[in-house]
This record gives sequence, structure tokens and C-alpha cells, in this order.
Amino acid sequence: MKKWNNRFVKAATYGILTAGAAFILLPFVWMILTSVKPGNEVLLMPPRWLPSKIQWENYVKAFQAVPFMTYFKNSVIVTVCITSCELITTVLAAFAFARLEFKGKNLLFMLLVATMMVPGEILVIPNFVTLAKLGWINSYKALIAPWAASVFSIFLLRQQFASIPESYYKAARMDGCGDLRYLLTVMVPMSRPTLVSVALLKVINSWNSYLWPLIATNEKTMRTLPVGLAYFSTEAGVQYNTLMAFSLLIISPTLIMYALTQKYIIQGVSKNGLKG
Amino acid sequence: MKYKPSTFWRKAFGEYKAWLYLAPALIILFVFQMYPIIKSFLMGFYTEFDYLHDIVYGWGFDHFADLAQDADFHLAIRNTCYLTIVAAPLSILISLLFAVLLNSNIRLRGVFQSIYFLPFVTSMVAVSIVWAWMLNKDYGLINSILKTFGISKVAWLTNPKMTLPVLVVLSIWKGLGYRVIIFLAGLQGIDQRYYSAARLDGAGAASRFFHVTVPMLRPTIFFLSVTTVIDVFKTFDEVYVMYSNEPGPLKSGLTIVYYIFTKFYRHWEFASAAAAAFVLFLIILSITLLQFAAVRLARWYEERRQAHEEME
Repeated sequence: MKKWNNRFVKAATYGILTAGAAFILLPFVWMILTSVKPGNEVLLMPPRWLPSKIQWENYVKAFQAVPFMTYFKNSVIVTVCITSCELITTVLAAFAFARLEFKGKNLLFMLLVATMMVPGEILVIPNFVTLAKLGWINSYKALIAPWAASVFSIFLLRQQFASIPESYYKAARMDGCGDLRYLLTVMVPMSRPTLVSVALLKVINSWNSYLWPLIATNEKTMRTLPVGLAYFSTEAGVQYNTLMAFSLLIISPTLIMYALTQKYIIQGVSKNGLKG
Repeated sequence: MKYKPSTFWRKAFGEYKAWLYLAPALIILFVFQMYPIIKSFLMGFYTEFDYLHDIVYGWGFDHFADLAQDADFHLAIRNTCYLTIVAAPLSILISLLFAVLLNSNIRLRGVFQSIYFLPFVTSMVAVSIVWAWMLNKDYGLINSILKTFGISKVAWLTNPKMTLPVLVVLSIWKGLGYRVIIFLAGLQGIDQRYYSAARLDGAGAASRFFHVTVPMLRPTIFFLSVTTVIDVFKTFDEVYVMYSNEPGPLKSGLTIVYYIFTKFYRHWEFASAAAAAFVLFLIILSITLLQFAAVRLARWYEERRQAHEEME
């Protein structure tokens, strides 16, 4: 009796988990299948799961329908710049908070942490005004500058830096090692996993970000991929195969990155609740 | 005594160096995060101003008064509250269920976890476009699947009554992996000895869940309820993309952030958009404080109960 009960629980567990996986995967599968379908098989009812032939031309069409390479280039530039700038500003500031002494340190830190409470949407309007005044709207600067530092990352890295014994720091100073050299040769390498997680989540977030690039650009040449895709989706009409090919092209870089660096991403999330 | 000046200078130099390290981050954070918070608050009170030259001609409560009168804003708050009340608890419960199942010595656990996490790394714009295509009334995959079960066509995207349920499902879909991972971390932090002790006392699976798992997970549940509510409050991308730059049929998907966006980006009414953004901030702040208070109250109640039991 007990054994049967156990078997039932096991079966139900796998059943629910598999149903969940199917629910999550369905849009991805449908996106992939639709992206290679010939036009006349897209709107069949009942739908045809597998295409009669694989039509790669949809991808060529997606490239041609929009200035894909321009959008791609913009997305890459913006993502790389945001991530590297954020890492630099974060490492330097976290070091100052973890190891250096200065007046008002705790007050400043508390003030920064308090700003984490504020929803990002509240910043959009004044930031737009600031950037308009600087004449930066429609430039990479506008897409990068507001995101080049993050309180959450500083907070996280400070904890990590503080966990490295201070005796190392004192010993290094005794040996005549300067602060910057100590930071770069001891602290940064010792904090690699945290830094990698922070960087990866930042890459994902900047690559996918939509609202700010939409607002901060109004010229076609400055659009990032998500903005370009959203515009294309209103123009594409029923060319769902091209639209799906375009979508897949946009999500594949982050998916590939996720496949390769899953460990760091999952760790960053489970240990620190990182959201990017 | 002789060394005093030099230590003074060393200290001063040390401080100045600390500020050098802080400068890059602080400049960005002050200009793009702290100043805007204050500015956004002030802008809500500008009645007449020239934003390009930053000249303010008039101040007042007009925008807040307008918001109180604006039927659209009321609708946006109602829709957002509906989303929060339905989507946040549902997402958390479903994620908890999946995390507990994954935590029960399951094979392929890594595979399931990786799959659930996929939406988290995916562009919300791309996701919304596929979902909109799958939910198409006449050619969509969902309706054709339902048809095989004998369910007739549902106008997912054009029937105003379906908008919020669709957004709820989408938010569960999007956030499942993130929440499962956070819950798993919490579950793995529970000392197995508690379960052994409970078993020895003859506690069944359900009783172990409610008397060991749930109380031990309280901090995780608290963290997720705060972040989930905030996330749901910020719903925008999916509505804007899925409903082709409209807030859903008959504004049925008008959220607060959508409202702010429309005021700001469509009508260029910066001041009233700022006022609405400030209201959003106040709502989120008060909900977070309420959640804090609820946790405090629960802990206090628990402690009192324990003290009571010990006395008996």
C-alpha cells in the first residue's frame, strides 16, 4: 500500500514538473518552428507543427526587412559599454566602502541603499530632461550613462570585499603595495564569481531593455534590437515567419550565453537574488 | 607630538583618495538616480514650465488634483491592483510548489531548473510577440489546442475581459524560474534535522510542510513577495508590445506605468507624468512597509504563542 502511494507521488511529481516545462518551452518551440515555415503554412488551421520544408530565407528576409546589422551593432555597443562601465564604477566604489576610511561613509552608504527602494520608472522623466539639456538624446551616451553605475552591485560587492580578511590588506600595505594594485591583484581575482554573476546579469538586462532605449532614441539608426523588433512587429502584419525569425535572432545571444555560463547566473540569483 | 602634522596630512590625503575611488560611481548615481528622485517629486508640482531651459513659472497641486479626477488614472490603479492581488500570490504559490517538487530528490532536476529559468534571460519584447501570435484568435496555437479539447475560440487579445488574465499568466510564465531558484536556495538552507525530528514525532508530509518548511522559509517568502509585487507594479513592456502600442482593448490593460508612459511620451505632459510616477512610488513604498509590518506582526505573534506554550 505504502509502495503504491510512493509511486503515485513520484508519478505526480514528474507529471507536474513536465507540464511546467512544457508550458515554459511552448513559446520557444513555436517560435523556432514558425521561423522556418514557408509563408503558406504559417496560417493553416489547424496549425501544422512541423514545416514541410525548412525555409531559411525567412532569416534572410528578417535581415533585409530592417537595418538588422545597425540595430545589432547598437545593442552590442550599448551592452558592452554599460557592463564594463558598471563593473569599473562598482569595483572602485565598493573598495572605498569596504576598505578605505572617510568621513560620512556610513551616511553615504545608507543614502545610496535607500535609493534602491525607488522604482526605476520614476527616474525616466527627469533623466530624459537632463539628457535633452545635455543634447545627448539619440546618442549612445544617452543609452549608456544612466546605467553605468548600480547601487545594488556596489552593495553586493562591498559585502564580498568585506569578507576578504583585512589582514591581507595590512600585509600588502606593509610590503609597499598600493591600494589600486592591491584591489586589482588581490581583491578582484578573489571576487571573480561575484563579479562574473553581476556582469552576466547586467549583459542580459541591457540586451533586453526596452523602455529606456525606446524613449531615449527617436532616430531609426539609434534603435537597439528590442526597439527595432517592436517597431517591426507592428509593420510585419501576418508575416509571422519573418517576425519569429527576427525574434529568435534577438534572443539567441542571451540564450547561448545562458547555456555556457548557467552556473554563474544561477549562483548569482540564488545567492544574492540578483535581478540584473 | 612631532608626528601630528604628518598624520593629519596622511589622513586628509587618505580621505581624498577614498573620494577618488568613489567619484565615478557617485557622479553617475547622483546625476541619474538621486537628483531625478528629488526632481521627479518637484516636477509633480510644476504647473507651468519650460523643460528645456528648466524655468518654472508656476507651482501648485493641480496635477495631483487632476490625477484624483482622471478616470484613466483610476482605471490604471484598479488594473495594477488587480494584477498585483492575483498575479503575485499565484506566482509565489506556484513557484513554491515547483521548488518543493524539485527539492524532493528528483532526477533531471538540473534540466528542469534550466528550462524554467529560460524566460528570465529572454527579451520581454520577443516573448510578448510570440505570445501574441500564439494567442491570436483565428490562427493561434492556443485556440487550436483548446479546440482539440472541444473548447470554442477565445478572443484572448480582443476581449477586454481576457486582458488581465492573460497578463497574469504571462507574469507567472516569465518569473517562474527566478522564484523557483530563490525558493530552492531557501529550501536547501533548512537543516534536515528539523525534518527528522518532525518525522520522529509522527508528522505527515503535509504537516511537515506547514510546520517546518513554511516557517523556515518565511524570510524567502517575504523577499519574494516584496520583489514580486514591485515587479508586477511595473508591468509595461508586455502590454505595449502585445497590444500593438495600445493599452489593450478598451484600455483593459492600462497599468500605472503605462499611464505614466502615455502622459510622458505621447502627450509630453512631463509634470503630470511625474506626479503619477510619484504616486506610484508612494504606493510601492506603502505596500513594502505594510509587508514589513506584517512580517513583524507575524513574528511577534509567534513569539507570544511560544512564550504562552512554554508557560503551560
